[in-house]
Amino acid sequence: MDLFNNLALGFGVAFTLQNLMYAFIGCLLGTVIGVLPGIGPLATIAMLLPATYALPPVAALIMLAGIYYGAQYGGSTTAILVNLPGESSSVVTVIDGYQMARNGRAGPALAAAGMGSFFAGCVGTLILAAFAAPLTELAFKFGPAEYFSLMILGLIGAVVLASGSLIKAIAMIVLGLLLGMAGTDVNSGVARYSFDIPELTDGIGFIVIAMGVFGYGEIISNLGKHESERQVFTANVTGLMPTKEDFRRMVPAVLRGTALGSLLGILPGGGAVMAAFAAYTLEKKTRLEPGEVPFGKGNIRGVAAPEAANNAGAQTSFIPLLTLGIPPNAVMALMVGAMTIHNIQPGPQVMTSNPELFWGLIASMWLGNLMLIILNLPLIGIWIKLLSVPYRWLFPSIVLFCAIGVYSTNNSTFDIWMVAIFGVIGYLFIKLGTEPAPLLLGFILGPMMEEYLRRALLLSRGDWSVFVTRPISAGLLAGAVLLLVIVLMPSVKSKREEAFVDD
Amino acid sequence: MNIKSQKDFFSGLMFMVVGVAFAWGASNYTIGTGARMGPGYFPLALGVLLTVLGGIITFKALVVETVDGDKIGAFAWKPLIFIILANLVFGAMIGGLPRIHLPPMGLIVGIYALTFIASLAGDRFNFKEAIVLASILAVLSYLAFIKLLNLQFPVWPAFLTA
Repeated sequence: MDLFNNLALGFGVAFTLQNLMYAFIGCLLGTVIGVLPGIGPLATIAMLLPATYALPPVAALIMLAGIYYGAQYGGSTTAILVNLPGESSSVVTVIDGYQMARNGRAGPALAAAGMGSFFAGCVGTLILAAFAAPLTELAFKFGPAEYFSLMILGLIGAVVLASGSLIKAIAMIVLGLLLGMAGTDVNSGVARYSFDIPELTDGIGFIVIAMGVFGYGEIISNLGKHESERQVFTANVTGLMPTKEDFRRMVPAVLRGTALGSLLGILPGGGAVMAAFAAYTLEKKTRLEPGEVPFGKGNIRGVAAPEAANNAGAQTSFIPLLTLGIPPNAVMALMVGAMTIHNIQPGPQVMTSNPELFWGLIASMWLGNLMLIILNLPLIGIWIKLLSVPYRWLFPSIVLFCAIGVYSTNNSTFDIWMVAIFGVIGYLFIKLGTEPAPLLLGFILGPMMEEYLRRALLLSRGDWSVFVTRPISAGLLAGAVLLLVIVLMPSVKSKREEAFVDD
Repeated sequence: MNIKSQKDFFSGLMFMVVGVAFAWGASNYTIGTGARMGPGYFPLALGVLLTVLGGIITFKALVVETVDGDKIGAFAWKPLIFIILANLVFGAMIGGLPRIHLPPMGLIVGIYALTFIASLAGDRFNFKEAIVLASILAVLSYLAFIKLLNLQFPVWPAFLTA
């Protein structure tokens, strides 16, 4: 069995003392930062990315995967304990999780989230390992036209599944694509939009945008709110283990959530958010057992299912990234940036040219999940302490870590000036109600899209019909159109607005 | 003319302005044809697209009713200014400003400056607390970034180390 050989290779890489340590440090750091209220996984990864610069590529990616899982886990902890969803995918966890916490059942809620996530993570890893090889085969059949169409599908998918106004999200993607144009054009050597500033001929750093928009923008907006709006209610946590009754209810919910999450996660557009919503809706549709707490009042299934779904989705969303090199969501876009910094061009060639890295990463994802459950659940007391750190100590520290992180990327103060500009822009985005995540996705994909479009049209001698005459490309574009049509249908439109109303 | 959604109206305007700016910038580069794209082709197309999208958003903001008018609300000037300023001063401390003959002051001085200025952005400012916080951050950063991760920072002021 190839699958097992590959996984064995991966675990061989991941189980070195050094890499285990990096996975552990990553999980720990990710949780520490991710648990802080108001910092989602995106900001966490952006902030901690510089910590991996000095490491060899495999170790760096393993640590990053750890940070990612830690941040997600930390996010759900904050969601359950203080009613603050750190990211959109834990929006539904808040509903029942916080109610459980208020009823003094924060422990079981956290355990349910942790165990559900772990199980989903295991399944997700297996799916990832199983599908990676065949999908990579497919990827080698892709020509430039197919890649271009796939990116269109991915970008449309990302905004369709995201929250908020559709057209504003599309505009943000286009803005991101345009920002990605800054810098030297690879074909002509012309420095575009660089205003004769030497540093800008290399383009705008994605770290600069991520930290400015997600780090500084968020902090400024948080500080602008009245103190009572960021009031933190810290629940008492007593007893971690769910009861036998809890387990009996949890297990089917976790299974359903995992199945839904794995399926939706593979779709371009990063289904983690949609997976969580869908899983919660599904649970609500099933009949309540006699004596069970209703949904919205602290039902454990309302925590376990969406958490499982969102973790399974997070795992399987690595599939398009690792096999095709296309990030399906903003977090994965950040991972692309991280890989390029370590001189790895994500895509189908990673698996063949760098099998240790590829399978080592997959194995360490599973390890990351395991570490989270055996280390983080017992440490829950510490995380709660962290939650009670006052915001007035927290935000100067975050500003400092952002500034240090930005500077250390290139050892250049120019990046610090740039992050200041993007901090102001990020705050403006928040004030104008425009979601910044699609911008980052567009920014990463911009140069790739231009290159594929250019090559596709060069091969077809300027004939645009190449995108619809090649079957795979036509299918991908049809998928994108279909997604748009579905979302714009009146019945779906009202449902979608309803689902995101708590955002 | 009645603005029905303030947020959408101004974000639409922003998209239009940026779109026009990028498209105008692109027109200075060779556009080329579909088969032989110049450096201006893709940005020009995107700039036009962004302008159109911005136009639609602005138009919708004038036509579609919203419940509360989607007000933008007051800008939080104090946090905005102090957070950005803290960041800029930190940059100046690390790299120095040759134009005004400011030598690099190094990481430690930078951390104290950043923490102080950033703390001013909060609701309450406590001098003693800011000193303690800055000292903790300075020690931790020194150990984590300089000793452990070996990042290349000027740590102390240039006139002390030179």
